[in-house]
Amino acid sequence: MLKSQVLELERIRDDFPILKRKVKGKRLVYLDNAATTQKPRKVIDALVDYYERYNANAHRSLHTLGIEATEEFERSRRGAAEFIHASPKEIIFTRGTTESINLVRFAWAEEHVKKDDTILLTLMEHHSNIVPWQLVARRNGAKLKFIELDANGRLKMDEIEEEIERSPRLVAVTQCSNVLGTINDAARICRRARKAGSLSVIDGAQSVPHMPVSVSEVGCDFFAFSGHKMLGPTGIGVLYGRRELLEEMAPFQGGGEMIREVHLDGAKWNDVPYKFEAGTADIAGAIGLLAAIEYLSEIGMEKVRRHDVELLRYAIDTLKGIKGLQLYGPERAEERSGVVSFNLADVHPHDLATILDGEGVEIRSGHHCAQPLMEWLRVPATSRASFHVYNSYDDIDALKAGLEKAREVFRL
Amino acid sequence: MSAEIYKEIILDYYRHPRNYGKLENYDISARDTNPLCGDEVEMRIKVSDGGKIGEIKFQGKGCAISQASASMLTEFAKEKPLEWVKGLSKEDVLKLLGNPDLGPARIKCALLGMKVIKTGVYQYLGAKLDDLSAGE
Repeated sequence: MLKSQVLELERIRDDFPILKRKVKGKRLVYLDNAATTQKPRKVIDALVDYYERYNANAHRSLHTLGIEATEEFERSRRGAAEFIHASPKEIIFTRGTTESINLVRFAWAEEHVKKDDTILLTLMEHHSNIVPWQLVARRNGAKLKFIELDANGRLKMDEIEEEIERSPRLVAVTQCSNVLGTINDAARICRRARKAGSLSVIDGAQSVPHMPVSVSEVGCDFFAFSGHKMLGPTGIGVLYGRRELLEEMAPFQGGGEMIREVHLDGAKWNDVPYKFEAGTADIAGAIGLLAAIEYLSEIGMEKVRRHDVELLRYAIDTLKGIKGLQLYGPERAEERSGVVSFNLADVHPHDLATILDGEGVEIRSGHHCAQPLMEWLRVPATSRASFHVYNSYDDIDALKAGLEKAREVFRL
Repeated sequence: MSAEIYKEIILDYYRHPRNYGKLENYDISARDTNPLCGDEVEMRIKVSDGGKIGEIKFQGKGCAISQASASMLTEFAKEKPLEWVKGLSKEDVLKLLGNPDLGPARIKCALLGMKVIKTGVYQYLGAKLDDLSAGE
């Protein structure tokens, strides 16, 4: 058995209770981390601890429980800020990446994107970074422009730079493709955008869980990510927004918490970031996210990234050896995050996923909410294996064995 | 739900679909997709004298289960009276597929073809689609 050169896998795997369960009588081999990751005991305990010991509403109640809940909720905000090198006032808690991007849509784009403005996107965007902009374009008469990819699934940088020269209103790009794994040079894109007077939105749903990310280094105006893809709970996510922009922006939703004063004839908005957090937040979710951030920070994001690269190299080499298997995305592990998409001969990804499930190997199959990318790849769907800290070489061997089984079942 | 569902007959119809194609001369046409997985099935039917399914062809893309079941259904439905489609059920489709235990995640793939033929025939008959899901 090959051992990880980077992480103490046995200790890490022990931290994840779910990894002890069996699927179809087999060891659970969880390779669907780009969809959602499993949760370490530390995160589960943080949720239980909140509900058992200090459950109360944050920023409202003046009693002991309320003070404790508020303090932990705000400590989570500071933790999230520190994790991506931002200031706590620039951290807005949302339900996840999708809501974060939609917040930018409603609180900024609806007002500032005008007729004939251009919104620049790429062919590798997730639907959550396409559809909100289509809706803005439909309403405001703006145009969408999609940057193409090279044969290896990398963004055509010269093309995006050329388009940014034309000063689009908004540049919305993923830092990391959820299908190809391609890592984009977000810093270069945002630098150019800033120079051209364009605003930038970076989708960090697949990057923040897998590598060190600094929004100050990236230099973006907005940055979105989700808690549940980085060992945290579902229902919590973050939108980072540059302070000056947030100050000028209109609120997102109306309600409690987001106001300073309300009178019958109008209201004054609360300070940032609270102006954007109407209603009771997912307090438990934020506290769980902090536990996930602490867990990842204890390991170290540099190590998380190196572990990914190590697994990627092994996965690419292993899968290449399977007859009839087509791999998508950059060939070099260094150019991608822990995601491998593929197709096996004429076996449809859903059939493949079913056969692999019979072996306890859980992968994702389908269009991965990236149908424009599927069209570009000229496939209806792909299968996708994605890794996180608890995955091992053994998991990739199990994937290989499952794929060989699929070859048998389909008489390939 | 695992490899056992892929009976020889399913693979055969997946790789060599019967009645695959597009009728140019038809009375009924219907198409549906499974938004979760993108499976797609389109059927066209030429109604013969006496209100029977004369010619029937399908086109589509998707997994082995969805495409094989659509193809089998076209064979099964041929020469049957249009009214017969109303009684078509999930059990009929599963029987055609060799009675595999598909589980909740894949049953929709198997029933896509049935949904399409029912949609088309019901519209042709002017019937309401209310009991469309009855078979599921």
